[in-house]
Amino acid sequence: MKIILYIIKKEFKQIFRNKGMLPIIFILPVLQLVILSNAATYEIKNIQFGYVDADNSSISRGLIEQFESSTYFNVSEKFPSEKEASQAMQEGTIDAYLNIPTHFERDLQKDKTKDIGVFIDAIDGSAAGVINVYITQIIQNYNKNIVADLIQVSDAVQKPKNIDSIPLFWYNQTLNYKTFMVPGILVLLVTMITLFLSGMNIVREKEIGTLEQINVTPIKKHHFIIGKLFPFWVLGLGLLTIGLILAKVIFNVPMIGNLGLLYVYTAVYILVILGIGLFISNFTDTQQQAMFIAWFFVVIFILMSGLFTPIESMPKWAQILTEFNPVKYFVEIIRMVMLKGSSFNDVFPLAIKTLVYAIVMNGLAVWSYKKTL
Amino acid sequence: MMKDNNVIQVENLSKLFGDFAAVNQISFQVKAGEIFGFLGANGAGKTTAMKMLIGISSPTSGKATVAGFDVYKETESIKKNIGYMSQKFALYDDLTVKENITFFGGIYGLSKKQIDQKRCELVEELGLQEVTKSLVASLPLGWKQKLAFSVSLLHEPKIVFLDEPTGGVDPITRRQFWEMIYKAAHNGTTIFVTTHYMDEAEYCDRVSIMVNGKIEALDTPKKLKEHYKTDTMNHVFLKLARG
Repeated sequence: MKIILYIIKKEFKQIFRNKGMLPIIFILPVLQLVILSNAATYEIKNIQFGYVDADNSSISRGLIEQFESSTYFNVSEKFPSEKEASQAMQEGTIDAYLNIPTHFERDLQKDKTKDIGVFIDAIDGSAAGVINVYITQIIQNYNKNIVADLIQVSDAVQKPKNIDSIPLFWYNQTLNYKTFMVPGILVLLVTMITLFLSGMNIVREKEIGTLEQINVTPIKKHHFIIGKLFPFWVLGLGLLTIGLILAKVIFNVPMIGNLGLLYVYTAVYILVILGIGLFISNFTDTQQQAMFIAWFFVVIFILMSGLFTPIESMPKWAQILTEFNPVKYFVEIIRMVMLKGSSFNDVFPLAIKTLVYAIVMNGLAVWSYKKTL
Repeated sequence: MMKDNNVIQVENLSKLFGDFAAVNQISFQVKAGEIFGFLGANGAGKTTAMKMLIGISSPTSGKATVAGFDVYKETESIKKNIGYMSQKFALYDDLTVKENITFFGGIYGLSKKQIDQKRCELVEELGLQEVTKSLVASLPLGWKQKLAFSVSLLHEPKIVFLDEPTGGVDPITRRQFWEMIYKAAHNGTTIFVTTHYMDEAEYCDRVSIMVNGKIEALDTPKKLKEHYKTDTMNHVFLKLARG
């Protein structure tokens, strides 16, 4: 036990003495949290919108006004013909355009129906889908008004019966994407920092030759490893704390669940990450190699964590793979606890998996750490 | 008498890397309190042999005991009884002199009192009073090497292994370093040292010379010189190493 304390003291001294590393540990994550949480949004805004109005009637101008008054669209330009509009799309200056044909107003009044063309840049398929929904909604709303106007004129048509759905949004009533993203990004930061630091720490001692010196002492493997990893475990919890404070102060993300529960879970979770970090450093000889391997895992962990894309929509094999992704568990749990107020019983199944993961990973790491070559 | 006890016993010890025998069936003994010079050209297998003896590399075949413990099964017991100083300087550059001493004393399981006492002795002996709170990185190489040697003796090991301890150090410091070695040997510590300086080989009680993984000669410097009919160890080494 005393030996572990000597190692822990030494590690903390080295961490806090390293003037190059300290800002990386504390300032970069804070910046990332602030920047990413504001930037990583699913909301599609500022759609660059153009149109071709061959009809130039009051109805067609009214329709364009609807787009102009929408906060989602920046109506940029009226194009003289479809040729110029598609050219603009090709150049990327507009995301979507509307093609209103000649005799739009006349045909609509006469036949009650008329097609108009909607063109959307669909390189980002999901964004194109959202834009389509927005445009359709605006046109339909406007169309209802047209119908209503016509009804007044003709008086004869029956009023359409509408089924209205009234949505109730639970857990994030204002549909604030930041409330959704901030906890997830916090998970990402805690994971990245602890993985990189622990992964590179022991390799660094390999590089400078001090590990050999340690290996000729009678120190026990688990003493050394506990002493080495404990400081990073503390740092990880410290980062979580800083992140939670920022989440509250800057983004006003609620903390509905039990804060203690979140800490206890995070304490177990960081063990998983430290185990992975140590495992990596056991199989690498330089910090560079360790960094590349750590990156490989971080990218997969993040993209397959449900942080940016829902796991439910991944193919079956990918969903099975995500079972091995610790980040997925933490993202789910932090959202459950912070936003839904989930209790211990709710998170228990995920927490148990995390605990098993921690035991297996650290077991592997200790086993693969060899004092003898 | 301690002098007659062999603290290192090596019999037909080999280490293969694939087909290449880095160490090829070497046998020798080192007596307690002896200064044993382990010589050889670069790549002759000295470091590999030493790594097996200090318990950080498993031999491929052969037998060896260090301080009475088996190099296959009892490496951790060996480690309690030996000190080691590598050619790569292995104290922590980003810790102070004092912190390095405390750390290494601590992981060898010395009590706080013992560490404090050892540190005072060591600092005074090396004349490091002014720099105990300086980072090791700021010390000149010669001081670092002397400090590393003293740190390897902190836990009073039976045997200390020195892998080219004076590489890159000036002649005056080398002289002082060897005075420290003599002093440790005088106190009963066995010294196992590799070196490329033939004048240092003269200071050893006995010297072995490794060539291509084998020990080609082993005797006192005096007898080796007589046998090879020359008056410097340098010539002995050149004759053997050139084959």
